[in-house]
Amino acid sequence: MAVTGVGDPKREGGAAGPRPSTAPPAIRLRGVVKTYDETTAVDGLDLEVPSGVCLGLLGPNGAGKSTTMRMLTAQTRATSGVIEVLGLPVPARAKRARALMGVVPQEDNLDEELSAKENLEVFARLYRVPRAERRAAVTRALEIAQLTEKSHIRADKLSGGMRRRLLIARGLVHRPRLVLLDEPTVGLDPQVRQELWSLIARLRDEGVTVLMSTHYIEEAERLADEVAIMSRGRVVARGVPADLIAAYAGSTAVEHLATPARRTEIERVARAHDVPTRRTGPAISILHAETLPADLAAVLDGTGVHRASTLEDVFVLLTGEDVG
Amino acid sequence: MTATAPEGVTRRFEWAALTGIWYRELTLYKRYWMPSTFAAIVEPVLYLLAFGFGLGSLVGAIGGYRYIDFLATGIVAMSVLFVSAFTALFATFVRRTFQHSYEAILAAPVDVHEVVTAEASWIAVRSAVYGCAPLLVALAFGLRPSWGMLLVPLIGLVTGMGFALWGIWMSALVPSINTMDYVITGVITPLFLVAGTFFPLSQFPSWIRHIAALNPLYHTVELVRHAATGWRPLADLGHLGALVLFCGIAWLAAVTAMRRRLID
Repeated sequence: MAVTGVGDPKREGGAAGPRPSTAPPAIRLRGVVKTYDETTAVDGLDLEVPSGVCLGLLGPNGAGKSTTMRMLTAQTRATSGVIEVLGLPVPARAKRARALMGVVPQEDNLDEELSAKENLEVFARLYRVPRAERRAAVTRALEIAQLTEKSHIRADKLSGGMRRRLLIARGLVHRPRLVLLDEPTVGLDPQVRQELWSLIARLRDEGVTVLMSTHYIEEAERLADEVAIMSRGRVVARGVPADLIAAYAGSTAVEHLATPARRTEIERVARAHDVPTRRTGPAISILHAETLPADLAAVLDGTGVHRASTLEDVFVLLTGEDVG
Repeated sequence: MTATAPEGVTRRFEWAALTGIWYRELTLYKRYWMPSTFAAIVEPVLYLLAFGFGLGSLVGAIGGYRYIDFLATGIVAMSVLFVSAFTALFATFVRRTFQHSYEAILAAPVDVHEVVTAEASWIAVRSAVYGCAPLLVALAFGLRPSWGMLLVPLIGLVTGMGFALWGIWMSALVPSINTMDYVITGVITPLFLVAGTFFPLSQFPSWIRHIAALNPLYHTVELVRHAATGWRPLADLGHLGALVLFCGIAWLAAVTAMRRRLID
Protein backbone atom coordinates (compact mmCIF):
# COMPACT_ATOMS: atom_id res chain seq x y z
CA MET A 1 0.00 0.00 0.00
CA ALA A 2 1.26 3.44 -0.85
CA VAL A 3 1.94 5.53 2.19
CA THR A 4 1.70 8.88 0.50
CA GLY A 5 1.64 8.16 -3.21
CA VAL A 6 3.49 11.31 -4.14
CA GLY A 7 5.88 9.63 -6.45
CA ASP A 8 5.89 9.97 -10.18
CA PRO A 9 6.38 6.79 -12.21
CA LYS A 10 10.15 7.22 -12.44
CA ARG A 11 10.46 6.85 -8.77
CA GLU A 12 8.31 3.82 -8.21
CA GLY A 13 9.91 0.49 -7.66
CA GLY A 14 11.33 1.03 -4.24
CA ALA A 15 14.75 2.23 -5.26
CA ALA A 16 16.45 3.41 -2.12
CA GLY A 17 19.30 5.84 -1.98
CA PRO A 18 19.74 9.33 -3.30
CA ARG A 19 18.34 9.80 -6.76
CA PRO A 20 19.90 12.11 -9.25
CA SER A 21 17.58 15.05 -9.35
CA THR A 22 17.49 18.40 -11.00
CA ALA A 23 14.98 19.64 -8.47
CA PRO A 24 16.22 22.13 -5.90
CA PRO A 25 16.88 20.62 -2.50
CA ALA A 26 13.86 19.92 -0.32
CA ILE A 27 15.58 21.63 2.58
CA ARG A 28 18.34 24.18 2.52
CA LEU A 29 19.81 25.78 5.62
CA ARG A 30 22.70 28.15 5.34
CA GLY A 31 24.57 29.74 8.23
CA VAL A 32 21.60 29.28 10.52
CA VAL A 33 22.03 30.49 14.08
CA LYS A 34 19.54 30.34 16.93
CA THR A 35 20.44 31.86 20.24
CA TYR A 36 18.33 32.05 23.35
CA ASP A 37 19.17 34.46 26.17
CA GLU A 38 22.29 32.70 27.33
CA THR A 39 22.65 29.67 25.12
CA THR A 40 23.29 29.01 21.47
CA ALA A 41 21.14 26.11 20.32
CA VAL A 42 22.10 26.18 16.66
CA ASP A 43 25.44 27.64 15.75
CA GLY A 44 26.01 28.27 12.06
CA LEU A 45 24.22 25.27 10.63
CA ASP A 46 24.61 24.39 6.96
CA LEU A 47 22.45 21.54 5.72
CA GLU A 48 21.00 20.55 2.40
CA VAL A 49 18.58 17.69 1.97
CA PRO A 50 18.14 16.68 -1.67
CA SER A 51 14.68 15.88 -2.87
CA GLY A 52 13.71 12.24 -2.34
CA VAL A 53 16.37 11.43 0.23
CA CYS A 54 15.91 10.13 3.76
CA LEU A 55 18.36 12.05 5.87
CA GLY A 56 19.04 11.03 9.45
CA LEU A 57 19.94 13.86 11.74
CA LEU A 58 22.03 12.25 14.44
CA GLY A 59 23.22 13.89 17.56
CA PRO A 60 23.18 13.70 21.33
CA ASN A 61 20.47 15.46 23.31
CA GLY A 62 21.00 19.19 23.14
CA ALA A 63 22.85 19.10 19.82
CA GLY A 64 20.16 21.30 18.26
CA LYS A 65 18.16 18.68 16.33
CA SER A 66 14.72 19.64 17.61
CA THR A 67 15.44 23.35 17.29
CA THR A 68 16.42 22.74 13.68
CA MET A 69 13.18 20.85 13.06
CA ARG A 70 11.12 23.64 14.59
CA MET A 71 12.86 26.24 12.49
CA LEU A 72 11.72 24.47 9.34
CA THR A 73 8.07 25.07 10.28
CA ALA A 74 8.86 28.59 11.54
CA GLN A 75 7.70 27.66 15.03
CA THR A 76 11.18 28.69 16.04
CA ARG A 77 12.60 31.76 14.31
CA ALA A 78 16.28 31.73 13.42
CA THR A 79 18.39 34.52 14.85
CA SER A 80 20.24 34.67 11.53
CA GLY A 81 20.83 32.62 8.41
CA VAL A 82 18.83 31.48 5.41
CA ILE A 83 16.20 28.72 5.45
CA GLU A 84 14.36 27.31 2.46
CA VAL A 85 11.86 24.48 2.48
CA LEU A 86 10.73 23.05 -0.88
CA GLY A 87 12.11 26.16 -2.48
CA LEU A 88 10.06 28.47 -0.26
CA PRO A 89 11.80 30.98 2.01
CA VAL A 90 11.05 30.41 5.69
CA PRO A 91 9.60 32.14 7.67
CA ALA A 92 8.35 34.45 4.88
CA ARG A 93 6.40 31.70 3.08
CA ALA A 94 6.33 29.20 5.91
CA LYS A 95 2.56 28.77 5.77
CA ARG A 96 2.72 27.50 2.21
CA ALA A 97 5.69 25.31 3.07
CA ARG A 98 3.79 23.81 6.00
CA ALA A 99 0.94 22.88 3.68
CA LEU A 100 3.37 20.75 1.68
CA MET A 101 5.13 19.03 4.54
CA GLY A 102 4.09 16.73 7.30
CA VAL A 103 5.41 17.05 10.84
CA VAL A 104 5.61 14.26 13.38
CA PRO A 105 6.63 15.82 16.67
CA GLN A 106 8.64 14.15 19.35
CA GLU A 107 6.01 14.98 21.90
CA ASP A 108 2.69 13.22 21.55
CA ASN A 109 0.17 16.01 21.03
CA LEU A 110 -2.81 14.05 19.78
CA ASP A 111 -6.23 15.21 20.91
CA GLU A 112 -6.73 12.69 23.66
CA GLU A 113 -10.47 13.04 23.87
CA LEU A 114 -10.96 12.52 20.16
CA SER A 115 -11.03 9.16 18.43
CA ALA A 116 -8.28 8.09 16.06
CA LYS A 117 -10.51 8.94 13.14
CA GLU A 118 -11.50 12.33 14.50
CA ASN A 119 -7.87 13.25 15.08
CA LEU A 120 -7.21 12.56 11.42
CA GLU A 121 -10.35 14.36 10.26
CA VAL A 122 -9.32 17.53 12.06
CA PHE A 123 -5.89 17.54 10.47
CA ALA A 124 -7.23 16.64 7.04
CA ARG A 125 -9.07 19.95 7.27
CA LEU A 126 -6.19 21.91 8.72
CA TYR A 127 -3.99 20.57 5.94
CA ARG A 128 -6.57 21.68 3.35
CA VAL A 129 -7.39 18.26 1.94
CA PRO A 130 -10.25 19.11 -0.46
CA ARG A 131 -13.68 18.18 0.81
CA ALA A 132 -14.24 15.51 -1.85
CA GLU A 133 -11.03 13.71 -0.92
CA ARG A 134 -11.21 14.00 2.84
CA ARG A 135 -12.96 10.75 3.56
CA ALA A 136 -10.52 8.77 1.41
CA ALA A 137 -7.56 10.58 2.96
CA VAL A 138 -8.71 9.68 6.46
CA THR A 139 -9.36 6.07 5.49
CA ARG A 140 -5.91 5.83 3.98
CA ALA A 141 -4.26 7.40 7.01
CA LEU A 142 -6.07 4.93 9.27
CA GLU A 143 -4.66 2.14 7.14
CA ILE A 144 -1.16 3.58 7.43
CA ALA A 145 -1.59 3.69 11.19
CA GLN A 146 -3.12 0.18 11.10
CA LEU A 147 -5.99 1.53 13.13
CA THR A 148 -8.84 0.88 10.74
CA GLU A 149 -10.38 -1.51 13.27
CA LYS A 150 -9.85 0.93 16.10
CA SER A 151 -10.87 4.12 14.35
CA HIS A 152 -13.53 4.93 16.94
CA ILE A 153 -11.34 4.46 19.98
CA ARG A 154 -10.30 7.59 21.81
CA ALA A 155 -6.63 8.45 21.47
CA ASP A 156 -6.04 8.19 25.21
CA LYS A 157 -7.24 4.58 25.18
CA LEU A 158 -4.74 3.51 22.52
CA SER A 159 -1.42 1.86 23.36
CA GLY A 160 1.85 3.77 23.07
CA GLY A 161 2.71 2.18 19.75
CA MET A 162 -0.73 2.83 18.28
CA ARG A 163 -0.60 6.45 19.36
CA ARG A 164 2.78 6.88 17.74
CA ARG A 165 1.48 5.34 14.52
CA LEU A 166 -1.51 7.66 14.65
CA LEU A 167 0.79 10.62 15.19
CA ILE A 168 2.79 9.65 12.11
CA ALA A 169 -0.35 9.05 10.05
CA ARG A 170 -1.65 12.46 11.10
CA GLY A 171 1.42 14.03 9.51
CA LEU A 172 0.82 12.07 6.30
CA VAL A 173 -2.91 12.65 5.86
CA HIS A 174 -2.35 15.26 3.12
CA ARG A 175 0.31 13.26 1.22
CA PRO A 176 3.17 15.62 1.97
CA ARG A 177 6.27 15.73 -0.20
CA LEU A 178 8.48 16.26 2.81
CA VAL A 179 8.12 14.67 6.21
CA LEU A 180 9.85 15.79 9.38
CA LEU A 181 10.15 13.06 11.97
CA ASP A 182 11.49 14.18 15.32
CA GLU A 183 12.73 11.17 17.28
CA PRO A 184 10.02 8.93 15.82
CA THR A 185 10.63 5.88 18.02
CA VAL A 186 11.87 7.35 21.26
CA GLY A 187 10.71 5.40 24.29
CA LEU A 188 9.07 2.54 22.39
CA ASP A 189 9.44 -1.25 22.59
CA PRO A 190 11.74 -2.88 20.03
CA GLN A 191 8.74 -4.56 18.39
CA VAL A 192 6.97 -1.26 17.95
CA ARG A 193 10.13 0.36 16.66
CA GLN A 194 10.42 -2.33 13.95
CA GLU A 195 6.90 -1.53 12.84
CA LEU A 196 7.59 2.16 12.61
CA TRP A 197 10.81 1.55 10.76
CA SER A 198 9.03 -0.34 8.02
CA LEU A 199 6.52 2.48 7.81
CA ILE A 200 9.29 5.04 7.41
CA ALA A 201 11.13 2.82 4.92
CA ARG A 202 7.97 2.70 2.80
CA LEU A 203 7.79 6.47 2.82
CA ARG A 204 11.35 6.69 1.63
CA ASP A 205 10.76 4.10 -1.08
CA GLU A 206 7.90 6.17 -2.41
CA GLY A 207 10.18 9.09 -2.95
CA VAL A 208 9.03 11.28 -0.11
CA THR A 209 11.83 13.38 1.31
CA VAL A 210 12.32 12.48 4.97
CA LEU A 211 14.27 14.39 7.58
CA MET A 212 14.44 12.26 10.68
CA SER A 213 16.17 13.27 13.86
CA THR A 214 17.21 10.51 16.16
CA HIS A 215 19.77 9.62 18.73
CA TYR A 216 19.40 5.92 18.02
CA ILE A 217 22.30 5.01 15.80
CA GLU A 218 20.68 1.83 14.58
CA GLU A 219 17.64 3.72 13.44
CA ALA A 220 19.70 6.07 11.31
CA GLU A 221 21.80 3.25 9.94
CA ARG A 222 18.80 1.23 8.86
CA LEU A 223 16.65 3.95 7.43
CA ALA A 224 18.76 6.84 6.29
CA ASP A 225 20.31 7.18 2.87
CA GLU A 226 22.60 9.71 4.43
CA VAL A 227 23.25 10.90 7.92
CA ALA A 228 24.32 14.26 9.24
CA ILE A 229 25.93 14.17 12.65
CA MET A 230 25.20 17.22 14.77
CA SER A 231 27.15 18.41 17.72
CA ARG A 232 26.80 21.69 19.58
CA GLY A 233 24.49 23.26 17.03
CA ARG A 234 26.29 22.40 13.81
CA VAL A 235 26.81 19.53 11.41
CA VAL A 236 30.19 17.95 12.05
CA ALA A 237 29.98 15.15 9.48
CA ARG A 238 27.69 14.26 6.63
CA GLY A 239 27.50 11.30 4.31
CA VAL A 240 26.39 7.76 3.61
CA PRO A 241 26.78 5.73 6.85
CA ALA A 242 29.27 3.27 5.30
CA ASP A 243 31.44 6.11 4.01
CA LEU A 244 31.42 7.86 7.35
CA ILE A 245 32.42 4.67 9.12
CA ALA A 246 35.24 4.06 6.66
CA ALA A 247 36.46 7.63 6.96
CA TYR A 248 36.31 8.06 10.70
CA ALA A 249 36.53 4.59 12.24
CA GLY A 250 38.04 2.41 9.54
CA SER A 251 36.89 -1.12 8.91
CA THR A 252 37.89 -2.76 12.16
CA ALA A 253 37.90 -1.87 15.79
CA VAL A 254 39.67 -3.70 18.57
CA GLU A 255 37.79 -3.69 21.80
CA HIS A 256 39.58 -4.24 25.10
CA LEU A 257 37.65 -5.17 28.18
CA ALA A 258 40.14 -3.97 30.74
CA THR A 259 40.71 -2.44 34.14
CA PRO A 260 40.53 1.33 34.40
CA ALA A 261 44.31 1.55 34.71
CA ARG A 262 44.88 -0.55 31.61
CA ARG A 263 42.25 1.47 29.70
CA THR A 264 43.98 4.72 30.55
CA GLU A 265 47.28 3.23 29.46
CA ILE A 266 45.84 2.08 26.12
CA GLU A 267 44.29 5.45 25.60
CA ARG A 268 47.60 7.19 26.30
CA VAL A 269 49.57 5.06 23.88
CA ALA A 270 46.91 5.40 21.19
CA ARG A 271 46.73 9.13 21.60
CA ALA A 272 50.49 9.45 21.38
CA HIS A 273 50.31 7.81 17.96
CA ASP A 274 47.22 9.64 16.78
CA VAL A 275 45.09 6.52 16.78
CA PRO A 276 41.46 7.29 17.61
CA THR A 277 39.82 5.45 20.50
CA ARG A 278 36.46 5.40 22.13
CA ARG A 279 35.19 4.17 25.43
CA THR A 280 32.22 1.89 25.80
CA GLY A 281 31.46 1.48 29.48
CA PRO A 282 34.09 -0.92 30.86
CA ALA A 283 35.77 -1.33 27.49
CA ILE A 284 37.91 0.78 25.22
CA SER A 285 37.98 0.43 21.44
CA ILE A 286 40.86 1.18 19.14
CA LEU A 287 39.46 2.49 15.87
CA HIS A 288 41.08 2.14 12.46
CA ALA A 289 42.66 -1.04 13.87
CA GLU A 290 43.33 -2.40 10.38
CA THR A 291 45.88 0.32 9.78
CA LEU A 292 47.88 -0.12 12.98
CA PRO A 293 51.61 -0.50 12.32
CA ALA A 294 52.99 -3.83 13.54
CA ASP A 295 54.85 -2.45 16.55
CA LEU A 296 51.79 -0.58 17.77
CA ALA A 297 49.54 -3.52 17.08
CA ALA A 298 51.61 -5.54 19.48
CA VAL A 299 50.78 -3.08 22.25
CA LEU A 300 47.21 -2.19 21.33
CA ASP A 301 45.96 -5.35 19.72
CA GLY A 302 47.07 -8.11 22.05
CA THR A 303 44.18 -8.85 24.38
CA GLY A 304 41.46 -7.21 22.36
CA VAL A 305 38.52 -8.56 20.42
CA HIS A 306 38.21 -7.61 16.77
CA ARG A 307 34.89 -6.32 15.54
CA ALA A 308 33.58 -4.30 12.63
CA SER A 309 33.55 -0.55 13.11
CA THR A 310 30.13 0.96 13.52
CA LEU A 311 28.36 4.25 13.04
CA GLU A 312 28.21 4.47 16.80
CA ASP A 313 32.02 4.63 16.86
CA VAL A 314 31.84 7.60 14.50
CA PHE A 315 29.08 9.20 16.54
CA VAL A 316 30.98 8.99 19.81
CA LEU A 317 34.22 10.03 18.18
CA LEU A 318 32.66 13.15 16.70
CA THR A 319 30.23 14.22 19.38
CA GLY A 320 32.44 13.53 22.36
CA GLU A 321 32.44 10.89 25.06
CA ASP A 322 31.04 13.19 27.68
CA VAL A 323 27.73 14.67 26.67
CA GLY A 324 26.71 17.67 28.71
CA MET B 1 7.68 15.93 -10.24
CA THR B 2 5.69 19.13 -10.18
CA ALA B 3 7.31 22.48 -9.64
CA THR B 4 9.00 22.64 -6.29
CA ALA B 5 7.39 25.91 -5.29
CA PRO B 6 3.83 25.72 -6.51
CA GLU B 7 2.26 29.11 -6.33
CA GLY B 8 -0.51 28.13 -4.03
CA VAL B 9 -2.36 31.10 -2.70
CA THR B 10 -1.58 31.69 0.92
CA ARG B 11 -3.43 34.50 2.56
CA ARG B 12 -2.89 35.93 6.00
CA PHE B 13 -6.37 34.90 6.99
CA GLU B 14 -7.67 31.68 5.55
CA TRP B 15 -11.19 30.52 5.99
CA ALA B 16 -10.04 26.89 5.89
CA ALA B 17 -7.79 27.47 8.91
CA LEU B 18 -10.71 28.87 10.90
CA THR B 19 -13.17 26.16 9.87
CA GLY B 20 -10.58 23.49 10.63
CA ILE B 21 -10.22 24.73 14.19
CA TRP B 22 -13.98 25.18 14.59
CA TYR B 23 -14.46 21.63 13.39
CA ARG B 24 -12.00 20.44 16.03
CA GLU B 25 -13.84 22.42 18.71
CA LEU B 26 -17.20 21.13 17.58
CA THR B 27 -15.94 17.55 17.67
CA LEU B 28 -14.58 18.06 21.19
CA TYR B 29 -17.77 19.84 22.22
CA LYS B 30 -19.82 16.78 21.34
CA ARG B 31 -18.01 15.06 24.20
CA TYR B 32 -18.56 17.63 26.91
CA TRP B 33 -21.57 19.73 25.90
CA MET B 34 -23.77 18.37 28.67
CA PRO B 35 -21.82 19.40 31.75
CA SER B 36 -20.73 22.69 30.23
CA THR B 37 -24.25 23.56 29.16
CA PHE B 38 -25.57 22.63 32.58
CA ALA B 39 -23.11 24.92 34.31
CA ALA B 40 -23.49 27.76 31.84
CA ILE B 41 -27.27 27.84 32.01
CA VAL B 42 -28.12 26.74 35.51
CA GLU B 43 -25.71 29.01 37.34
CA PRO B 44 -26.98 32.36 36.02
CA VAL B 45 -30.57 31.17 36.35
CA LEU B 46 -29.92 30.34 40.00
CA TYR B 47 -28.50 33.82 40.52
CA LEU B 48 -31.50 35.30 38.81
CA LEU B 49 -34.02 33.37 40.85
CA ALA B 50 -32.24 33.79 44.18
CA PHE B 51 -31.60 37.52 43.86
CA GLY B 52 -34.82 38.14 42.01
CA PHE B 53 -37.00 36.62 44.70
CA GLY B 54 -34.75 37.26 47.66
CA LEU B 55 -33.82 40.84 46.97
CA GLY B 56 -36.61 41.64 44.56
CA SER B 57 -39.25 41.34 47.27
CA LEU B 58 -37.40 43.99 49.29
CA VAL B 59 -36.40 46.29 46.47
CA GLY B 60 -39.40 46.20 44.20
CA ALA B 61 -38.18 48.61 41.54
CA ILE B 62 -34.89 50.15 40.50
CA GLY B 63 -34.49 53.14 38.20
CA GLY B 64 -37.93 52.59 36.73
CA TYR B 65 -37.46 48.83 36.17
CA ARG B 66 -38.99 45.97 38.09
CA TYR B 67 -36.06 44.56 39.99
CA ILE B 68 -36.23 41.14 38.31
CA ASP B 69 -36.19 42.82 34.91
CA PHE B 70 -33.26 44.98 35.91
CA LEU B 71 -31.49 41.94 37.27
CA ALA B 72 -32.23 39.60 34.35
CA THR B 73 -30.69 41.98 31.85
CA GLY B 74 -27.65 42.37 34.09
CA ILE B 75 -27.30 38.64 34.50
CA VAL B 76 -27.36 38.10 30.75
CA ALA B 77 -24.18 40.18 30.63
CA MET B 78 -22.70 38.37 33.61
CA SER B 79 -23.41 35.01 32.04
CA VAL B 80 -21.74 35.99 28.78
CA LEU B 81 -18.73 37.24 30.74
CA PHE B 82 -18.40 34.08 32.80
CA VAL B 83 -18.72 31.65 29.92
CA SER B 84 -16.37 33.52 27.62
CA ALA B 85 -13.70 34.62 30.08
CA PHE B 86 -13.47 31.39 32.10
CA THR B 87 -13.49 29.13 29.06
CA ALA B 88 -10.83 31.22 27.36
CA LEU B 89 -8.68 31.39 30.48
CA PHE B 90 -8.70 27.72 31.32
CA ALA B 91 -9.25 25.90 28.05
CA THR B 92 -6.65 27.96 26.24
CA PHE B 93 -4.15 27.53 29.03
CA VAL B 94 -4.65 23.77 29.25
CA ARG B 95 -4.46 23.31 25.50
CA ARG B 96 -1.32 25.36 25.23
CA THR B 97 0.66 24.08 28.19
CA PHE B 98 -0.60 20.57 28.99
CA GLN B 99 -1.99 19.20 25.74
CA HIS B 100 0.30 21.07 23.33
CA SER B 101 -2.60 21.24 20.89
CA TYR B 102 -1.53 24.57 19.45
CA GLU B 103 1.93 23.23 18.86
CA ALA B 104 0.38 20.57 16.63
CA ILE B 105 -1.93 23.00 14.86
CA LEU B 106 0.86 25.47 14.13
CA ALA B 107 2.86 22.75 12.36
CA ALA B 108 0.00 22.71 9.84
CA PRO B 109 -0.63 25.73 7.61
CA VAL B 110 -2.24 27.77 10.38
CA ASP B 111 -0.83 30.90 12.01
CA VAL B 112 -1.15 32.15 15.56
CA HIS B 113 -3.61 34.93 14.70
CA GLU B 114 -5.87 32.36 13.05
CA VAL B 115 -5.74 30.10 16.10
CA VAL B 116 -6.60 33.01 18.39
CA THR B 117 -9.42 34.26 16.16
CA ALA B 118 -10.94 30.81 15.68
CA GLU B 119 -10.78 29.89 19.36
CA ALA B 120 -12.21 33.24 20.49
CA SER B 121 -15.03 33.24 17.98
CA TRP B 122 -16.03 29.70 18.90
CA ILE B 123 -16.16 30.68 22.57
CA ALA B 124 -18.05 33.86 21.66
CA VAL B 125 -20.79 31.89 19.91
CA ARG B 126 -21.21 29.58 22.88
CA SER B 127 -21.36 32.45 25.36
CA ALA B 128 -23.86 34.33 23.19
CA VAL B 129 -26.18 31.33 23.07
CA TYR B 130 -25.87 30.51 26.77
CA GLY B 131 -26.32 34.18 27.67
CA CYS B 132 -29.88 34.11 26.38
CA ALA B 133 -31.01 31.68 29.08
CA PRO B 134 -31.56 34.25 31.85
CA LEU B 135 -33.54 36.40 29.45
CA LEU B 136 -35.83 33.49 28.61
CA VAL B 137 -36.35 32.81 32.31
CA ALA B 138 -37.16 36.46 32.92
CA LEU B 139 -39.66 36.34 30.06
CA ALA B 140 -41.32 33.44 31.79
CA PHE B 141 -41.52 35.57 34.91
CA GLY B 142 -43.26 38.42 33.15
CA LEU B 143 -40.57 40.50 31.44
CA ARG B 144 -42.33 42.10 28.51
CA PRO B 145 -41.06 40.76 25.16
CA SER B 146 -39.71 43.28 22.71
CA TRP B 147 -38.25 43.16 19.20
CA GLY B 148 -35.00 44.57 20.50
CA MET B 149 -34.42 41.37 22.46
CA LEU B 150 -33.73 39.57 19.22
CA LEU B 151 -30.47 41.47 19.10
CA VAL B 152 -29.34 40.23 22.52
CA PRO B 153 -27.45 37.24 21.01
CA LEU B 154 -25.59 39.70 18.83
CA ILE B 155 -24.65 41.84 21.82
CA GLY B 156 -23.58 38.63 23.53
CA LEU B 157 -21.47 37.70 20.54
CA VAL B 158 -19.52 40.96 20.52
CA THR B 159 -19.10 40.87 24.30
CA GLY B 160 -18.15 37.20 24.27
CA MET B 161 -15.59 37.82 21.53
CA GLY B 162 -14.01 40.61 23.56
CA PHE B 163 -13.81 38.66 26.79
CA ALA B 164 -12.70 35.45 25.08
CA LEU B 165 -9.82 37.38 23.50
CA TRP B 166 -9.12 39.01 26.83
CA GLY B 167 -9.10 35.57 28.51
CA ILE B 168 -6.74 34.15 25.88
CA TRP B 169 -4.48 37.13 26.45
CA MET B 170 -4.49 36.54 30.22
CA SER B 171 -3.91 32.80 29.77
CA ALA B 172 -0.77 33.66 27.83
CA LEU B 173 0.42 36.11 30.48
CA VAL B 174 0.02 34.04 33.62
CA PRO B 175 3.05 31.94 34.50
CA SER B 176 1.03 29.07 36.00
CA ILE B 177 -2.53 27.90 36.36
CA ASN B 178 -2.56 28.94 40.04
CA THR B 179 -1.86 32.53 39.09
CA MET B 180 -5.30 32.60 37.44
CA ASP B 181 -6.74 33.33 40.89
CA TYR B 182 -5.32 36.85 40.71
CA VAL B 183 -7.02 37.37 37.40
CA ILE B 184 -10.34 35.94 38.52
CA THR B 185 -10.61 37.69 41.88
CA GLY B 186 -8.66 40.76 40.93
CA VAL B 187 -10.27 41.49 37.58
CA ILE B 188 -13.34 39.42 36.75
CA THR B 189 -15.11 39.87 40.08
CA PRO B 190 -14.83 43.68 40.15
CA LEU B 191 -15.79 43.76 36.47
CA PHE B 192 -19.11 42.09 37.01
CA LEU B 193 -19.90 43.81 40.29
CA VAL B 194 -19.23 47.32 39.00
CA ALA B 195 -21.15 47.10 35.76
CA GLY B 196 -24.69 47.79 36.87
CA THR B 197 -25.59 44.12 37.01
CA PHE B 198 -27.12 43.77 40.48
CA PHE B 199 -27.58 47.43 41.32
CA PRO B 200 -27.35 50.66 39.34
CA LEU B 201 -24.09 52.52 39.16
CA SER B 202 -25.86 55.68 40.24
CA GLN B 203 -25.41 54.41 43.80
CA PHE B 204 -21.65 54.89 43.47
CA PRO B 205 -19.60 58.08 43.82
CA SER B 206 -19.07 59.78 40.48
CA TRP B 207 -15.39 58.80 40.12
CA ILE B 208 -16.35 55.14 40.21
CA ARG B 209 -18.97 55.78 37.57
CA HIS B 210 -16.31 57.30 35.36
CA ILE B 211 -14.07 54.30 35.83
CA ALA B 212 -17.00 52.03 35.10
CA ALA B 213 -17.23 53.52 31.62
CA LEU B 214 -13.95 51.74 30.96
CA ASN B 215 -15.55 48.44 31.94
CA PRO B 216 -16.67 46.68 28.74
CA LEU B 217 -19.28 44.78 30.69
CA TYR B 218 -20.98 48.04 31.70
CA HIS B 219 -21.59 48.73 28.02
CA THR B 220 -22.99 45.24 27.56
CA VAL B 221 -25.36 45.69 30.50
CA GLU B 222 -26.62 48.99 29.10
CA LEU B 223 -27.13 47.53 25.64
CA VAL B 224 -28.99 44.46 26.88
CA ARG B 225 -31.18 46.58 29.14
CA HIS B 226 -32.03 48.94 26.31
CA ALA B 227 -32.63 46.04 23.95
CA ALA B 228 -35.27 44.76 26.35
CA THR B 229 -36.87 48.05 27.26
CA GLY B 230 -36.25 50.53 24.48
CA TRP B 231 -33.20 51.74 22.51
CA ARG B 232 -31.44 55.04 23.11
CA PRO B 233 -29.85 55.18 19.69
CA LEU B 234 -27.01 57.62 20.24
CA ALA B 235 -25.91 56.20 23.59
CA ASP B 236 -26.28 52.65 22.34
CA LEU B 237 -24.09 53.27 19.32
CA GLY B 238 -21.50 54.55 21.76
CA HIS B 239 -21.82 51.41 23.88
CA LEU B 240 -21.47 49.20 20.81
CA GLY B 241 -18.46 51.21 19.67
CA ALA B 242 -16.84 50.72 23.08
CA LEU B 243 -17.32 46.93 22.81
CA VAL B 244 -15.94 46.79 19.29
CA LEU B 245 -12.92 48.81 20.41
CA PHE B 246 -12.47 46.41 23.31
CA CYS B 247 -12.47 43.48 20.86
CA GLY B 248 -9.85 45.16 18.71
CA ILE B 249 -7.50 45.89 21.58
CA ALA B 250 -7.97 42.45 23.13
CA TRP B 251 -7.33 40.79 19.76
CA LEU B 252 -4.03 42.57 19.32
CA ALA B 253 -3.00 41.80 22.89
CA ALA B 254 -4.04 38.13 22.66
CA VAL B 255 -2.30 37.55 19.33
CA THR B 256 0.88 39.24 20.50
CA ALA B 257 1.03 37.38 23.79
CA MET B 258 0.18 34.01 22.25
CA ARG B 259 2.75 34.49 19.52
CA ARG B 260 5.34 35.16 22.18
CA ARG B 261 4.37 31.92 23.93
CA LEU B 262 4.09 29.69 20.87
CA ILE B 263 6.77 30.95 18.52
CA ASP B 264 10.28 31.27 19.88
